[in-house]
Amino acid sequence: MAGLSGRMSTVVKAKVSKLLDRAEDPAETLDYSYQKQVEQLQNVKKGIADVVTAKKRLQMQESSLQQNVVKLDTQARQALSSGHEDLARTALERKNVAQTELQSLDGQVHELEDQQQKLIDSEQKLRVKIESFRTKKEVIKAQYSAAEAQVRISEAATGVGEQMADVGLAMQRAVDKTENMRARADAVQELEAAGTFDDVTQLGSGEDDIDRQLKQLSSQPAVDDELAKMKSELGSGSASASAPQISQGDGPPAGESGQA
Amino acid sequence: MIVRISGEGQYRLDDGERDRINELENAVVAIVEGGHQDGFADAFGALLGYVRDHGEVLADDDIETSEVIIPPADLTFQEAGRDFTGEGLVPD
Repeated sequence: MAGLSGRMSTVVKAKVSKLLDRAEDPAETLDYSYQKQVEQLQNVKKGIADVVTAKKRLQMQESSLQQNVVKLDTQARQALSSGHEDLARTALERKNVAQTELQSLDGQVHELEDQQQKLIDSEQKLRVKIESFRTKKEVIKAQYSAAEAQVRISEAATGVGEQMADVGLAMQRAVDKTENMRARADAVQELEAAGTFDDVTQLGSGEDDIDRQLKQLSSQPAVDDELAKMKSELGSGSASASAPQISQGDGPPAGESGQA
Repeated sequence: MIVRISGEGQYRLDDGERDRINELENAVVAIVEGGHQDGFADAFGALLGYVRDHGEVLADDDIETSEVIIPPADLTFQEAGRDFTGEGLVPD
């Protein structure tokens, strides 16, 4: 077979032969193979646990961003009702960025859930095959002459080895994916650390560098729409009366999502 | 013949299906080598679909070696280009 599956088969077969070989004595090969299989099963379990950890980390970040969205929305309302439209706009721009990040995180969490399910399925398949191999090896040991046993053993071991190699590749892809996501999650955390989602009312009037960058990140029409909507909700213009005090002292939960 | 879809499972197909599978696979490879993403998902999907529709799923406790191993269904065009041409999935 050409191309794709030829390449794939070559890779898997190379892995299989690495997993197998050794041992002259068929009985020894059997036990060695079985031992390898059980080890691999443990690795898969660990791989699944890693994916779950990565997913939890993203979920924590999601809830932290969620809180920021609520907070920025409240701040925008407060700023607007006290007549500070520029601050309200800034808060909404940041909210917009946080929401975009939130959507992207959501997609990643779903992707990891997918990976997790696939690994669980693979682990199940491998476990059944190993169990079947365990039974088979006792039969082979008991029933066949050394030469014949050798052939049958190598067939069976290769079959299970292929499953092991396949699970190994699936784990490798899952690890690559979670690493990419971790890099992205770290970038979001940097945004938080840089004060992106901090209390906007603490800002001076001058635009800082973060603001200029955020303006590029956030969608202006969406921000304009939301600002207009908020204005009409607040019965615009009449921001002369009792200027409500802007909440302070509830700092952002930065760095909360931890580094394990 | 036994065909494995990586990350999914093994299927038993009639030996007579070999040519058709080859054709479908060559179509995917041609697209990857052409470097244009258009049509990749459809062509790769057609190959996977053919194996799933014409193959009989092997039981989990069946221990068989596959003649053909197709990459995982969520393979991206980029991965196909990077892993299955040139350098390869595992550097030699």
